[in-house]
Amino acid sequence: MLTVLTISFALTRLSGDVAVSMAGPQATQQDVDTIRKAYGLDRPLTVQFVTWVAGVATGDLGRSYLYHAPVGELIRSRLPVTLTLGLTGLVIALALALPLGILAAMNEGRVLDRGIMMIAVLGQAMPSFWLGLVLVIWLGVKWQLLPISGVETWDGYVLPGFVLAFSAVPALMRLTRGGMVDALASDYVRTARAKGLTRFSVVMKHALRNAAMPVVAVAAVQLGFMLGGSIVIESVFALNGVGYLAWESISKNDFPVVQAVVLFLATIYIALTLLADMFNAVLDPRLRIS
Amino acid sequence: MAFHIRRLALALGFIIVVGIALVALLAPWITPHDPFLQNLDVRMAPPSFMEGGGPDHFLGTDQLGRDYFSRLIYGARISMLIGALVVVCSGLIGTTLGVVGGFFGGRVDAVVMFIITCRLSIPLILVALTVVSFVGSSLAVVVLTLGLLLWERFAVVARTTTMQVRNLDYIAAAWAAGCSRPYILLREVLPNIVHHLIVVTTLEMALAILLEAALSFLGLGVPPPLPSWGLMIAEAKDYMYFSPWVILVPGIALFVLVLGINLLGDGLRDRLGAARDA
Repeated sequence: MLTVLTISFALTRLSGDVAVSMAGPQATQQDVDTIRKAYGLDRPLTVQFVTWVAGVATGDLGRSYLYHAPVGELIRSRLPVTLTLGLTGLVIALALALPLGILAAMNEGRVLDRGIMMIAVLGQAMPSFWLGLVLVIWLGVKWQLLPISGVETWDGYVLPGFVLAFSAVPALMRLTRGGMVDALASDYVRTARAKGLTRFSVVMKHALRNAAMPVVAVAAVQLGFMLGGSIVIESVFALNGVGYLAWESISKNDFPVVQAVVLFLATIYIALTLLADMFNAVLDPRLRIS
Repeated sequence: MAFHIRRLALALGFIIVVGIALVALLAPWITPHDPFLQNLDVRMAPPSFMEGGGPDHFLGTDQLGRDYFSRLIYGARISMLIGALVVVCSGLIGTTLGVVGGFFGGRVDAVVMFIITCRLSIPLILVALTVVSFVGSSLAVVVLTLGLLLWERFAVVARTTTMQVRNLDYIAAAWAAGCSRPYILLREVLPNIVHHLIVVTTLEMALAILLEAALSFLGLGVPPPLPSWGLMIAEAKDYMYFSPWVILVPGIALFVLVLGINLLGDGLRDRLGAARDA
């Protein structure tokens, strides 16, 4: 956690003299000095760092130079868009990856399996921002099926969510397939079959539960990546979320916002990894003992 | 049947990658036009196989009248260069960390694991964007930034595989023969895990190429007027509703290259018998 703090801080101090870039090209030396004093930039780096960490510990992330508003508030106001987008992406990704992976595993080695794995290989090579643009042209503009920007209505999330999901589908699909192939070949599945259970019940209740564990772990990690990757997607679809905020702050040198977003995303990532472990403990009683 | 498809995929991947590498190397000799030469008289000319296209520009021209085909070919240079340099950089860092952690174990390993975990918690695109934006965008900065960020898979795979070979008989034999520690690491351990690392190399190269395109697309990667495929897509974005091919062409190029590298990696993995979940 401390390392993350240090990295996000160090990153933003690479930028050279922020006061100069804030004051603008016409500013006199005196203006620059005033700004430097006002934001505490004249103090040594270590002091700035300790002040910032102390602030973070008490929930104060600092103030944006650009918006003149507390960073915490800025992130909070943009968060719903990014979170909805990330969750939509995850739901779509799972809705595509799980059935396809199961289908592939049930037909292991056959044409259907090959076809599905081919889709995975093709999908992995697709640059997501480009897919986004292509979908915007055809689905959005040529056929007018879905809105191409903004999220005033729910269907505004469909395209960006799908594009975001697309990058996670191949990995999740491979994992589901691999887990299912192992599970279907195991003794307990044979027992279940021998008991005369239906094929559906065997696959859904017995095999899937065991194949799901690595999928859950990776899905959590992928959600973290998706929230980070939303910076690209939000700019393609002009969504006003945390990713867009980050991009804007990076290009305008608004470093309190940048360091806060980096910190925020890293924290979410760590939290998600923990959550995945806990969820797996629920799925698999064997893990709970240790 | 399955066997043939696999070999076919490997061969296809190999042909794509070698083909694009050759095109990139020979770019100055095979391009019909100067990729930087602007000609405002023929802006946004459609490709010659589309309606209204002239024979002079095979894939048409961009918003500044530069020959799109030539820019595409020079773009292959950027992608290949970035892919190759990034994996050299990240491969060195990751392999060193992983081998050292896996070989020595104990406290050293704990430190390596901690570094890997730290790296994993960093939001990749965001940090890359921040660094490039603050240091200033240039080819070298993009390569270094991605190289310093993309090593974690090398480290994880090198660590696991080193742990597996560490206790094998030939290592014990080397110890008994009085070999020095650096000699064992370089001559006994490394050659026996290198086939796993080759697979990782292809994966990371594909990732690096995609990330460079994404960074350039956001305007914080390779600076214009260099013809990076990601940058070409970004520059073409304003015109895509009227002439969709301006974003289709570089996007398809990117897709084919990454597909080729992935096929090559998958094929090599089967061939070399490396770990499936690398």
